[in-house]
Amino acid sequence: MATSTGERIELEARPSLPARGLALLRQVYRARTAYLFLFPGLILFTAFVIYPMLYSLRISFYDWNVIKPAKSEFVGLDNYQMLLSAPVFRRAVLNTLAYTAITVPGQMTLALIVAVLLDQKIRGKTFFRVAYYLPVITSWVIVTLIFEYLFNSQAGMINYLLRDVLHLVDEPIRWLADPVLAMVPINLLGIWKGVGWSAIIMLAALQEIPGELLEAAAVDGAGPWSRLRGITLPLLRPTLVFLLVVLVIGGLNVYISVLLMTDGGQPLDLTHSVLTLMVKETFDRLNFGGGAAISYLLTAFVFFISVLQIRLLRRRVEY
Amino acid sequence: MLLPSERRWYHQVLVYGLLIGGLVVVAVPFLLMVSTSLKPQQYTFEYPPRLIPRRVTFNNYVQALSKDMFFLYFMNSLGVAVSTTTSTVVISSLLAYAFGRLDFPGKEPLFYVFLVGMMIPAVTLIIPQFLVAKALKLLNSHAGLVIVYVTMNLSMQTFLLRGFFESIPSELEDAVRIDGGGRWTIFWRIILPLSRPGLATVAIFTFLYSWDEFPWAHVAIKETTRRTLPIAIALFQNQHLTQWGQVFAASIVGLIPVVTVFALFQRHFIRGVARSGLKG
Repeated sequence: MATSTGERIELEARPSLPARGLALLRQVYRARTAYLFLFPGLILFTAFVIYPMLYSLRISFYDWNVIKPAKSEFVGLDNYQMLLSAPVFRRAVLNTLAYTAITVPGQMTLALIVAVLLDQKIRGKTFFRVAYYLPVITSWVIVTLIFEYLFNSQAGMINYLLRDVLHLVDEPIRWLADPVLAMVPINLLGIWKGVGWSAIIMLAALQEIPGELLEAAAVDGAGPWSRLRGITLPLLRPTLVFLLVVLVIGGLNVYISVLLMTDGGQPLDLTHSVLTLMVKETFDRLNFGGGAAISYLLTAFVFFISVLQIRLLRRRVEY
Repeated sequence: MLLPSERRWYHQVLVYGLLIGGLVVVAVPFLLMVSTSLKPQQYTFEYPPRLIPRRVTFNNYVQALSKDMFFLYFMNSLGVAVSTTTSTVVISSLLAYAFGRLDFPGKEPLFYVFLVGMMIPAVTLIIPQFLVAKALKLLNSHAGLVIVYVTMNLSMQTFLLRGFFESIPSELEDAVRIDGGGRWTIFWRIILPLSRPGLATVAIFTFLYSWDEFPWAHVAIKETTRRTLPIAIALFQNQHLTQWGQVFAASIVGLIPVVTVFALFQRHFIRGVARSGLKG
């Protein structure tokens, strides 16, 4: 091919740097309309995502002075070191990991059940689908308030059920006054709000599975249970991996429900999630360096976990 | 799961039983919110708690809507949500067109940079965004909210629209080019009109996102009169711990636009979620 040999000769001849720059410029000039299309989005993205990411990396190495940034003191890794040895931060990490470990399997299991049920031949499918989706479209602020009211210590519905209907406890439980008990409404809310979203995605994947495949397996003597394990779940695998990654990221980033339900980490800063602690350090205690360090640790961890999950769980799927 | 030949009567009973059981768990918290908003103040903490109010009153609605500048907050939220939605639709469709149908040096790396944007959790960027917004004098302003909301939506929506744009056959583009039309003509006359479902999906998701957004507005807006509804509702509950009736009345009014959008575009919406994994 003429062009490719031409290129190779050019490469061997090593055109001078200015010449190569000129060629690139010519290409860029020819594609100038494309850059016009990109321009507004690129400006926003650079100013409010890329630059902030780099900026906060820098801040995390400083004892940052918000009023006079020029007077900030470089402290190296001190912010990170301080965090890793701070009991409050460790507790926040523990709370967040526990939240993820509880809500992710909880959401996925329940969502799989709901999706399988909705995949049956039933009346009122649309109604059920919409109903199960309601918690998803309701804002975190509102659902958190509802759960606070449900778990109210004096007259909450949950305490009423536990004490007067099921007789499991003698005294009403003060859910939000205890750092461990406070995790119960927070985790249940996480599951309750998320199931509908995962279920809709799983339902779409279930409907993609060809019915003939299941029928053929049945003819060969496979019962419902072995069809679920042998056909349905393996074919759902990409969807399950996708959900797992997204839900774990969401779990590690739990914020609004914890902030509102615990009134910002009460009691005694023991109920924080990583993000509520980050915001409190930064905007209440004005420790911008420490806050930025928290955000970087979290981002790095999220990134690491996502890559790991995709690596471990991705496998070719064939019909 | 079960094939038609294997279905027994008790399977149907089991399926409906489980679905209705789940429905109760999903619905009771909402019903409790509605009923509390309709109860007179003194019944908020009645024991045992009742799902059906003894007496129905709209007093909580009158109280909540008439005070604390509720109308102002509602309009603030509406203004921010509408501006965010229109800007996001315009900017992300421009991006999606460039990434989906044009060639230019640096296309691949730039696209990957945008994809990274989808992986960064929004709240972790709040600190530096706050400092950038401060430097640009965007704190305490709705412009500051809109700019950040648009940016945080760009990656996902561009990705979604690119899929729609790519599926349009290129023969249509060639036809315009033969008639002497340029890139802009193709974009306006061919790409956008043929991608209406995609644009609608972007609009719905962006509207709901900005209507509900809490973390950034919470940090960026300190001026009382510029608050959006989620902030106002959360702070109201914090200040009046026992006035649950009014808190829920305000919440329900705040839910009206969300439920309306969802009801109108339900099919669209669920298809968008199922196809692209958008988080609604």
